[in-house]
Amino acid sequence: MVQLTLPKNSQLVEGKVWPKPAGTNRLTEYKIYRWNPDDGKNPSVDTYFVDRDDCGPMVLDGLIWIKNKVDPTLTFRRSCREGICGSCAMNIDGTNTLACLKSMDDVDASAVKIYPLPHMPVVKDLVPDLTQFYAQHASVEPWLHTETPAPEKEWRQGRGDREKLDGLYECILCACCSTSCPSYWWNGDRYLGPAALLQAYRWLIDSRDEATGDRLDDLEDPFRLYRCHTIMNCAKACPKGLNPAKAIAEIKKMMVARQF
Amino acid sequence: MSVSPGSSMRTPRRRVAGLGSARSGTGHFWLQRLTALANLLLILIALPIVICVAGQGHAATLAMLGHPLVAIVLLLLLFSVCYHMKIGMQVVIEDYVHAEGTKVLALVANTFFTIAVGSAGAFAVLKISFGG
Repeated sequence: MVQLTLPKNSQLVEGKVWPKPAGTNRLTEYKIYRWNPDDGKNPSVDTYFVDRDDCGPMVLDGLIWIKNKVDPTLTFRRSCREGICGSCAMNIDGTNTLACLKSMDDVDASAVKIYPLPHMPVVKDLVPDLTQFYAQHASVEPWLHTETPAPEKEWRQGRGDREKLDGLYECILCACCSTSCPSYWWNGDRYLGPAALLQAYRWLIDSRDEATGDRLDDLEDPFRLYRCHTIMNCAKACPKGLNPAKAIAEIKKMMVARQF
Repeated sequence: MSVSPGSSMRTPRRRVAGLGSARSGTGHFWLQRLTALANLLLILIALPIVICVAGQGHAATLAMLGHPLVAIVLLLLLFSVCYHMKIGMQVVIEDYVHAEGTKVLALVANTFFTIAVGSAGAFAVLKISFGG
C-alpha cells in the first residue's frame, strides 16, 4: 500500500546549525539531509554557511567546501564534477539533478536545500542505495544481441539509423529520472522506471540489434512497461536534457504496431 | 521499494526478474485509448439529445429516449464508459493497493460493480425503448 507518511524512525528532526565562517559577507546557506546508520538517531537537516569567496559556483563546489572546511563527516558521492559520471545526483531545491551542473545562483529559495534522491533506501546522508536501479538496467540487457556471425570488422550502421540513437545514448544513469517518478516510487519493485526503459528503447531501435522481438516480449508487462502514466517528471528532471517519457511512448507504439 | 537489499538473500537481478514478463498489457493500453475516443464521439452525440429533452416533460422524454437510434447511442455510450471506467480503476488499484488479498478483492469488486452499473443502465434504456 502507498505510504503517505514517513515511518517514525524516518521522520526529520531539527539538525545542527554550523557556525558561519569568519571574515566574509558573501555566504550561501545550505540545508542538508543528514542520516547516519550507526547512531540510531532520526534523520535531521543540518544548516551550513558556505563562503562564496573561497568556493566555486556550483552546488557541488559548496558541498566539497563544507566537507573540507566545516564538517568532514558529510557524506555524498561525486567524481567527475562535469556532468558525465552521474555520481552527484541528489534532490536540490526540490528537483533531482546533478550537484555539479546546478549553480548555487540558480537556486530559487534563500537556502540551498539538499536531500538524497527520493524514495530510495539511504546508505548515509546523501548517498542512496541504487542496487535495484542498476539491476533493472542490467535486466534490459543493454548490449548488442545478434544471431548473424560477427563481421570481420565492425557491425555497419547507416547515418540515419545512427541518428536514431541521439537523445538516448547520452544517458549517464544518474537515476534522477527514475527517482523523480511517482509511479516508480509506488511500484519500483516491478516497474522498470524511465532510465532502464530509455536504455531498453536505445537497443530496440538500434538497427544492428537482432533481438527486437525478444526485447519487446520481455517488456510487455502491465508493470514493467505500462506503469508509465506519462507523468513526465523524468523529462523535467533529466540533467542531460533527455526525454525518457518519449522513449517509453515509442516502446508502447512498437508494442501496438506489432499487434496489427 | 518493497525489500531493502540487505534483508533478502535473493540477488538484485532475481528480485527484478520477479515472475517474469506477463506478455500482456498492450491490449489494455490500446482499449483504454480506443474507449476514450469512443467516449468522446458518443458524448458529442448524446449531449445534444440530453439538452433536447431537458424540460420536455415525462412523455416526450420517454418517446425521445425510446427512439431506436437514440437508444443505440445510449447503450454504446454506457458500454464504452463502463469499460473505460473499469480498466481505468484497475490501473489505479494496481498502482496503489499492494497487499495481495486486498488487491484481488478490489479488482473483483471493480469488475462486479462495473457489470452491475452497466447492466442497470442498459436495462433502463431497453425498458424505455421497448415501451415497458
